[in-house]
Amino acid sequence: MATIVQFENVGLRYGLDSETLSDVSFSLHGGGFYFLTGASGAGKTSLLKLLYLAQRPSRGVIRLFGEDVVTLPRKRLPGFRRRIGVVFQDFRLVPHLSAYDNIALPLRLSGMAEADVDAPVSEMLNWVGLADRAQARPATLSGGEQQRVAIARAVIARPEILVADEPTGNVDADMAQRLMTLFEALNRLGTTIVVATHDLPLISQVAGAQMMRLDKGRLADPTGSLRYPPRSQDMG
Amino acid sequence: MAGADRRAAREARQRLLPQGRLAGPMPWVIAIMMFLTVLTAAAGLALGAAVRSMGADLAGRATVQIVEADAEKRAALTQKIAASLRASSDVIAVRPVAAEKLAEQLAPWLGADAADADLPIPALIDVDVAPGDQAARIARIRQSLTALDKAIRVDGHAAYLEPLTALLAGLGWLAAGLVALMAIATAAIVVLAARGAHDSHRPTIEVLHLMGATDVQIARLFQRRIALDAAFGGALGFAGAAAVLAALGGRLMATGSDLLTAIGLPWAAWLALLALPVGGVLLATLAARWTVLRALGRAL
Repeated sequence: MATIVQFENVGLRYGLDSETLSDVSFSLHGGGFYFLTGASGAGKTSLLKLLYLAQRPSRGVIRLFGEDVVTLPRKRLPGFRRRIGVVFQDFRLVPHLSAYDNIALPLRLSGMAEADVDAPVSEMLNWVGLADRAQARPATLSGGEQQRVAIARAVIARPEILVADEPTGNVDADMAQRLMTLFEALNRLGTTIVVATHDLPLISQVAGAQMMRLDKGRLADPTGSLRYPPRSQDMG
Repeated sequence: MAGADRRAAREARQRLLPQGRLAGPMPWVIAIMMFLTVLTAAAGLALGAAVRSMGADLAGRATVQIVEADAEKRAALTQKIAASLRASSDVIAVRPVAAEKLAEQLAPWLGADAADADLPIPALIDVDVAPGDQAARIARIRQSLTALDKAIRVDGHAAYLEPLTALLAGLGWLAAGLVALMAIATAAIVVLAARGAHDSHRPTIEVLHLMGATDVQIARLFQRRIALDAAFGGALGFAGAAAVLAALGGRLMATGSDLLTAIGLPWAAWLALLALPVGGVLLATLAARWTVLRALGRAL
């Protein structure tokens, strides 16, 4: 499998504070399934932000799809971002848009003809069990429903990498299971999955998944050889 | 089908920002600015038209004065000069002013003495100069007549109103300057409004960015909405100003004064005024686009 994400000695510092991430180096292969774990404040969300291009590192090199994205001109970033689906920890649904329009966003931004938008969006709404809430605004949806909309929005454009930050944090066990089934299905179709989570049973459900563990901003296994499958005692 | 799809896509894009006006009182401020701009521009254009009208009326006229105390000599000289003028290719009409008419015009100052034959009043000849470079023609006429007799003076009528036309022209330039200042102020208002709108929609913009929206895609959302706001304000301001101008025009015509009725707006001036709200919308759109693109450029 080709390497599609490569971090080399990446450091991230917010303002004058000490580094949130230090000397982070790893590679992700196309079609892999990766979990990112670690204690709260370990830097998981910061690492994901670097991965989905919401942030540039303070130092080091990040290569996505073979290109150095640290020095990439701004105008080329949208093309890379369209290849990455993101499930945000706080969902980040657009509050004045319906569930349908939120899910359709990536397709519309990519310039898909309006006539072609309805079928995949309706299918996705059905899949996350929100077909009857298609026109509901996020404020009228429960936390779990909002998270399902966020997940549907992240995967609808069939991204090459799916990044999910605590995707099962607000859903019940049944929905969590369905989400992981979807992620595995997408993974089988070739999408590289990166999931940040505290949910240890979730990690053990996915056969063949690899794990990265962050501890105080550093990868707990600095050799770069990602361990697999995770053992419960490894996850602090 | 393609049209329906484009319409649906446009409607979907429009929903990306909340419906309704973006920038609070901006359309009303633009309406006021447009009202003042149109009135100022109309004043400038009307003054310009008046200057041109007066110039056209007066530039082709001159009066020849024969300043000779001896009445007989004066009469002979007047005839000689009138004949010379009629023979000149620079002149198209020669009208000696009758002594009685001169006396009548001087009566308010001189009383009945104005008609006294012993009073040495200059003889006058009104001249219509041929079209073309009329200032040059008048200069030639002056040169040829003063060569005949040093008692002759030639006054171009345009010179009488030169201070007034200079004043009106100056006011016209002042109006142009005010229009430019108001355009700058309008652009500044739009920049502030666009910045405010950008800041208040920052979370939505961040999400759109992270999904791969380009800066231009996002800027279009704002520029379209601000253009609509500006079009509303511009139309309102123009309509108000047009109503005021129409009412003022009616009042000017009612005075019956040649000078005041010369301050009118030709149809070309109305077209120029109509271009102001269109230009205002264009200016607002460009200012909004520039502002939002600049703000987006500061983010990753």
